[in-house]
Amino acid sequence: MGKIACYHCGDDCGKVPIEFDGKNFCCHGCRTVYDIFQSNNLSYFYELQSAAGATPQEIEGKYDFLDTDAIVERLVEFNNGDHQIINLYIPQIHCSSCIWVLENLNKLHPDVLSSQVDFPQKKVRISYRSQELSLKDLVLLLARIGYEPYISLEDYDQPTKKANRNLLYKLGVAGFAFGNVMFLSFPEYFEVGEYWLEQYKSLFRWLMFFFSVPVVFYAGRDYLVSAYKGLRSKLLNIDVPIALGILTLFIRSTLEIALDLGTGFFDSLTGLIFFLLLGKFFQQKTYGFLSFERDYKSYFPIAVTRIRKNRKEETVEVYAIAPGDRLLIRNGELIPADGILITGNAQIDYSFVTGESEVLKKESGDRVFAGGKQMHGPIEIEVLKAVSQSHLTQLWGNSVFQKDRHSRFRTLTDSIGKHFTLAVLAIAFAATTFWLFIDSSMAVNVFTAVLIIACPCAIALASPFTLGNMLRIFGRRKFYLKDTQTVEQLALVDTAIFDKTGTLTTTQKSKVSYQGVTLNPEEQRLLANTLRASNHPLSRALYELLAEHNIMTLDDYQEHLGKGVKGVKGQSEMKVGSPDFVGHSDEKISENTSVHISSNDTYKGYYVFQNQYREGITAVFNTLDKTLDLAVLSGDNAGEKSRLQELLPQLTPLYFDQTPQEKLDFIASLQEQGKKVLMVGDGLNDAGALAQSDVGIAVSENVNVFSPACDGILDASKFKELPNYIAASKKAMKIIKLSFALSLLYNVVGLYFAVTGQLMPVIAAILMPLSSISIVLFTTLATNLLGRKLN
Amino acid sequence: MSVIYVLLTISIVVAIVFFIAFILSVRSGQYDDAYTPSIRMLFEDELVKEGLDSEEPEQENQSN
Repeated sequence: MGKIACYHCGDDCGKVPIEFDGKNFCCHGCRTVYDIFQSNNLSYFYELQSAAGATPQEIEGKYDFLDTDAIVERLVEFNNGDHQIINLYIPQIHCSSCIWVLENLNKLHPDVLSSQVDFPQKKVRISYRSQELSLKDLVLLLARIGYEPYISLEDYDQPTKKANRNLLYKLGVAGFAFGNVMFLSFPEYFEVGEYWLEQYKSLFRWLMFFFSVPVVFYAGRDYLVSAYKGLRSKLLNIDVPIALGILTLFIRSTLEIALDLGTGFFDSLTGLIFFLLLGKFFQQKTYGFLSFERDYKSYFPIAVTRIRKNRKEETVEVYAIAPGDRLLIRNGELIPADGILITGNAQIDYSFVTGESEVLKKESGDRVFAGGKQMHGPIEIEVLKAVSQSHLTQLWGNSVFQKDRHSRFRTLTDSIGKHFTLAVLAIAFAATTFWLFIDSSMAVNVFTAVLIIACPCAIALASPFTLGNMLRIFGRRKFYLKDTQTVEQLALVDTAIFDKTGTLTTTQKSKVSYQGVTLNPEEQRLLANTLRASNHPLSRALYELLAEHNIMTLDDYQEHLGKGVKGVKGQSEMKVGSPDFVGHSDEKISENTSVHISSNDTYKGYYVFQNQYREGITAVFNTLDKTLDLAVLSGDNAGEKSRLQELLPQLTPLYFDQTPQEKLDFIASLQEQGKKVLMVGDGLNDAGALAQSDVGIAVSENVNVFSPACDGILDASKFKELPNYIAASKKAMKIIKLSFALSLLYNVVGLYFAVTGQLMPVIAAILMPLSSISIVLFTTLATNLLGRKLN
Repeated sequence: MSVIYVLLTISIVVAIVFFIAFILSVRSGQYDDAYTPSIRMLFEDELVKEGLDSEEPEQENQSN
């Protein structure tokens, strides 16, 4: 059967497409968006990229909190009463059509003054007349065309982050000075002793000096500071020999020109810092649209609906919620604080918190916990604890979240830096002592020459360029890492711990098996039509999986909240739902999600929804098993134990019913045994474990939606590539070591000139860029080769 | 006075002008998003032309 793709969003239209204007749509939402675009002359949207749209979601009442001025005030970037500017994060932005339509918002509403999209960040900056168009209306307008902005508590706490452009300025200063100094020192390379050059050389040299001053003290400041800090804490990091080289270059060159001894090494000095900064710039690959620092705040709403004593509803910000307050939680809203259910049919999805995918039913008087999502109709709860003291948020009080985890890690470059510095100092002193006996006038010259030539520019560049390039290669393959250090740590892991739900399994429970008496065609037809009428997620899922049946009108249809559905056609009656509902209570309760069926009050059987494991997990585990210790930690019950054992290598330890805190402690205990742990997880329940582990990777079905704080985000479709990615990062470390060897070779050549006292500025000026550029070339080519082998 | 002073001054002044231009462009945020403008420049101009007729007549232009 050929699938019909929705004209707006490209999704499969299912069995009954909606036809409008000669085009097919998957739902009324998409049709409406098309209609809006069409009637506002925005149909160019579909020409840029076909089927680019997104289906608008239910938003009724969701943005009521934007009516509160105090909240709006904290969200907007600029506000002068009748003119506001706001920066909104819109996860849906994904193609050029999105940019185009969002930048033409003024066509949809005349009070939007201008809008500008920042594609890498997935943000749009909108300026509008707030007298005529309130923020709430603007957000609703965006949501109506499928671009619903994501506004969370995080935005509320820190409305605008200033972009850090320091490195760009420094790079600009260094590049500017490098070019000009090179230009000014060119004559000296060749024509020393010519008449007019002799006359003006001090002018040229002082000009070079003035260009170099900002380079050393502004652009190169980080290296000096880092070396100083390292020395103070008795650490010889790689910045120590670099700072030593920079200072020696600067002081010796200044003395040379002041005392008219020579030209100095200003060209090498500025070039060195420029190249080092280039490396840093390259290393700094950021995925603007991903955040690796999320905590519960990115999941929480800014405001909730509070019910006052007189039954009036009001919107309050979540921080203002106090124990004793009554809150109204609508369908799809998150419960912000621990409380007691008062009224309503609570079906709460705790998958954010526990990873357990099953929706829990709660009855009036039951405890409900923060982080759960109400899945069915509105409920009322009474708050027991303030937001910051809830069961969920307390996890973030754990010290792991305060620690700067990377400070514990020493990079390969830094550990080499120590030996390197000692070796350089030894050579410098040996050579100086030697020259003191032969020709004492040369001693100082040789000493500084050694420090200059040994400045480990190439070594310092090897790691940023290799790892920076690996970061990009991984990024192209949907494996997004936080920084280059993560690649290095990934190469070192010896233990890998996996979460089960959402990590090893897909989020959709799409595997169904039926157990019981076989249904006759008539019953099957009634079942399909009963399910069709229901909106419950399980009914929808089951309906999609059943064979196709003719649609018929039911004579009677009842939905019993939290229990099941009943459909009647003629003489036959069909009940679908929980065991109690279908009149089958003595069956032992299955650990898995199941849907029971009875026809005309006779129990027929039940459908079991099984976790669908990701493609290739057996292969992934078998490959990893060769090099790493593996284990599975699940927040779920042990219902899937036997199936997991079949899929995974024998003797893989499996742990079930793990709380978030237990997961964290498990990782910590492994680390105490000296293990380097890789944690692969997905939900908030893994947040502690991800933060505690050496490398925490979050698996995500859609990288635009939210994953907990971690070091890397892996697109779920690439899960089976994980072993290859780990192997690739190990190879990247080999490339770095090879380039260390290469740069040491350059150092030996340079040291020969330095120790024998014949280091001319021109030699330094050639050797330094030559070594740097060849290292950059080598690492880039090698990593690209490595990247090609991936896939 | 030698011509070399004039030449040096000119060359450095020109260099500094470009340097300042660079600093200003960074400060104005031109380097914050280096991707979106590359797509934006490819859009057709048809809407911009309509936008020039000021905001009011916009509603009437829908006849095409």
